[in-house]
Amino acid sequence: MKASKTVLTAILVLCLTMLFGIPSVFAEGTIKVGEINTYSKLTNFTFPYRNGWKLALEEINKSGGINGKKLEVVSRDDAGKPGNAVRIAKELVTKDKVVLLMGSFFSHVGLALTDFAKRNKVFYLAAEPLSDAVVWAKGNRYTFRLRPSTYMQAAMLADEAAKNPAKRWATIAPNYAYGKDAVKAFKKVLKAKRPDVTFVAEQWPALFKINAGAEIQALKRANPEAIFNVTFGSDLAKFVREGKLRGFFKGKFVASLLTGEPEYLDPLKGEAPVGWLVTGYPWYAIKTKAHTKFLKAYQAKYNTYPRTGSVVGYEMMMSIAHMLKKAKSTDTEKMVDAMEGLTFNGVFGPITYRKIDHQSTMGAYVGYTALKDGKGIMVKWKYCDGKNYLPSDAEVKKLRP
Amino acid sequence: MGFYIVQFLTGLSDAASLFLVAAGLSLIFGVSRIVNMAHGSFYMLGAYIAYFIIAALPHTALSFWGGILLATLAVGVIGVIVEIFLLRRLYQSWELFLLMATFAVLLVIQDLARWAFGPEDLMGPMAPGLEGSINIFGALMPVYDLVLIIAAPVVLLALWLLLTKTRWGILVRAATEDREMLAALGVNQKWLFTSVFFIGSLLAGLGGAIQLPKGGADLLMDMNVIAAAFVIVVVGGMGSIPGALLAAIIIGELGSFGVLFLPQSTLVMMFLVMAVVLVIRPYGLMGKPETEGGAGESFESILRPAPRKLRIIGLILLAIIILFPAFAGKYQMTLFGEIAMFALACMSLYFMMGPGGMVSFGHAAFFGGGAYAAALLVHHAHTPMELALFLAPIAMGLLALIIGWFCVRLSGVYLAMLTLAFAQICWSIVFQWSGFTGGDDGILGIWPAKWASNEVVFYYLTMLISIGGILLLRHLLFTPFGYTMRACRDSRLRADSIGINVTRHQWFSFAVAGVFAGLAGGIYVFSKGSVFPDEMSIPRSFDILLSVLLGGIESITGPIVGSTAFIWLEDKISNLDFWRLILGCIYIVLVLAFPQGIGGFFGTKFGHFFANESEKTDGIT
Repeated sequence: MKASKTVLTAILVLCLTMLFGIPSVFAEGTIKVGEINTYSKLTNFTFPYRNGWKLALEEINKSGGINGKKLEVVSRDDAGKPGNAVRIAKELVTKDKVVLLMGSFFSHVGLALTDFAKRNKVFYLAAEPLSDAVVWAKGNRYTFRLRPSTYMQAAMLADEAAKNPAKRWATIAPNYAYGKDAVKAFKKVLKAKRPDVTFVAEQWPALFKINAGAEIQALKRANPEAIFNVTFGSDLAKFVREGKLRGFFKGKFVASLLTGEPEYLDPLKGEAPVGWLVTGYPWYAIKTKAHTKFLKAYQAKYNTYPRTGSVVGYEMMMSIAHMLKKAKSTDTEKMVDAMEGLTFNGVFGPITYRKIDHQSTMGAYVGYTALKDGKGIMVKWKYCDGKNYLPSDAEVKKLRP
Repeated sequence: MGFYIVQFLTGLSDAASLFLVAAGLSLIFGVSRIVNMAHGSFYMLGAYIAYFIIAALPHTALSFWGGILLATLAVGVIGVIVEIFLLRRLYQSWELFLLMATFAVLLVIQDLARWAFGPEDLMGPMAPGLEGSINIFGALMPVYDLVLIIAAPVVLLALWLLLTKTRWGILVRAATEDREMLAALGVNQKWLFTSVFFIGSLLAGLGGAIQLPKGGADLLMDMNVIAAAFVIVVVGGMGSIPGALLAAIIIGELGSFGVLFLPQSTLVMMFLVMAVVLVIRPYGLMGKPETEGGAGESFESILRPAPRKLRIIGLILLAIIILFPAFAGKYQMTLFGEIAMFALACMSLYFMMGPGGMVSFGHAAFFGGGAYAAALLVHHAHTPMELALFLAPIAMGLLALIIGWFCVRLSGVYLAMLTLAFAQICWSIVFQWSGFTGGDDGILGIWPAKWASNEVVFYYLTMLISIGGILLLRHLLFTPFGYTMRACRDSRLRADSIGINVTRHQWFSFAVAGVFAGLAGGIYVFSKGSVFPDEMSIPRSFDILLSVLLGGIESITGPIVGSTAFIWLEDKISNLDFWRLILGCIYIVLVLAFPQGIGGFFGTKFGHFFANESEKTDGIT
């Protein structure tokens, strides 16, 4: 017993010395940027995302870096805790001397960093967080956002859904800000186009704890003609399976947010729903030059196909590179000025960071789901440019502080 | 008509899945008193292993049920391995220390599962022959749900037979009643515990595997199921298997019908039920009062004011803290400040847990609550920072008085679970009331007053509040109130008979803990600038609890050492891939090397060196 204790103590001491020994390399002639994301959770999004920005980083440095300087990324895991993210942000800025921050997945982590950026006057590019507040209610001079927001994606769906004759709608969305915002935006845009539409039932399952059978029954009782679904991940799988078994989707039109993204559609395999209106990313069918180039490079490097996260990571890194080239400086104010109105050709299409609210105009693909070779795919899709699905400038001005 | 029948049956099938997980947990707790945090991980492993076995075989009924059976057994074996190599070494130490060990197992399994099974969600296979649904008065009901509804009573019956008709069952029930007596009668408890752990883990594995056709396997399912499983076990009465079934049915049906009337209730329904049941029946629906004088209480050592040498070390440390800004960078100051705030929160939990003898699983309600109180005051009433810092702890003291009034009537794990229920209720109020609290978008822009916004000034302010709070708590322990509190813990009966109002003393110490946790939360929000409901959530409560356990509850230095280790480790390790695996391994090494916590270890190792001359002769170690 004594001996094993000594061994254990020895192992412990060894572990701790190893931790102390992590070196922080600082090379001359590099531009360091900080990246924070939730790598220990939601790995089905964050891992492809990391692959994406690493690919972009490689391409940037291979083609000569930024005005002759190499770009370097210091990447950290926030474990999905906003408090951790703020602490890491401080560490990155003061200890690692990064010139800007980027990343994050969860909306609340993104918002914590938004506020940090405002307070400390640090440039921050929010990659994924969908919350409208990042650029509107809590928007500030130092924060930009890449992905089309909850509002934009819901608006894209509502635009297409308005063409369907269904009048009685029911909604099901996870019980937190993203779900609530999505339902609110969808209702607003659909009602504006179709005043005859009514919403007859709603369900709010706890995130990743859906009570699928009971909630489907409850929705079914209201006898809706169409469903707006916001659940994703394991909730979506349960919703789809239970819905089929209980004959819920028969004769109903379904509009579903994010369901066409490979992250969420592929796990459903042969049970993927057919004929749902979805937003997503049909990587197998996009034939544009920019996308083909990206797809080839991605598949060559990682031996797998890209997910939506991959594109988000890639475009985030590219946005930073374009901005830095334009700014010719790592001074925060100059970087912000360069980012405002920055336009470049992205994988999906041209992207502009709007001066008015710092939202990028990156879009999403809207189409219908289908089955092919036992796998869910998107068909009859079109690319919706983000710039067409934002409220008017006057409205945006009112939304920003 | 058909609708209500189907809704009822749906609730029953949910209840069946919940019961399968909870039964194993209840069995393990009943016998070994382990609060097994890794139970959800075994559930997850059951799902993953069954998925891959079934996927590898041709899709037939035999391979489907065979796969489930194999996975179930495999998880049972994994449970045995964990028990033999880890838990068995710790039965001598404090019960809650085992909680920490199982938490470490949870961390390790999380990352191992990601490594072995990949990051993608897996959709479970359907059961061959049971893919369809049947029509009940016009409403469709999946056949597999009916299978689950039958499976639960079958498992209950099997367990009942095992527990009442076999010698093993008699021994298990005897151990549940009185462990020491059983040991005195010469029963080899080692293998009894191992076999109970085998059956318990096996049931968790079965629960995970059998739900595959209803969902699938993903990396979040361990955490998602564990809270529900604990609620069922506690509502049913810990150790009572029929109680677990009853509780599962109540919660399953309330969930099923609750969404009809209040679709927003999904977050909190379960915890409301638990709070109500525990307030009315302190030992759950079918549980028995815990036997007095478990292993937990004999483990406490006597608290003494720090000896001179230790005081000198403390003074040196204080001097370092004061001089720190002179040679440290901005970031180190932030990290130090965070450690100090967290240490205060941990100290407040230690105050009620160690000397107070009341374990809380919901301390984040007061920590996060303090942060919210300050943030709400600043956000809605433009309160200056100084006043907000003063009012936040008072608000939390009041909240603790309310919650504590219910909690101090209970003891042991029931008390802990009631604090968890209240914390979860507070959390869901903050989460749902977005008009007032900002919901999960939180409250932003809560930065320190102008005079304190300089990093160095804020560092000193943090240190002043945190160290001041810690010293004040320490001082309280050596006042008559503190001594009375410890008397109540050590012998409730004797304290009662000399005229001490035990419940009131516990109630007040609960409130004091709330005040100081609220203070820590108040200063925390000003250092972060924003607050989100996460700060009140279950994982946050366990962060605080783990830090206290890490340091050990035998000495006042424990929580300080523990929180330092916790924050520092998390900060250092989160750079690495699979850091939770590493963190889990470090925790395992720590619990094995220091079964009394890090602080407790140094206390026993070097206590003699520090002890004053007079105490040395007393032979106190």
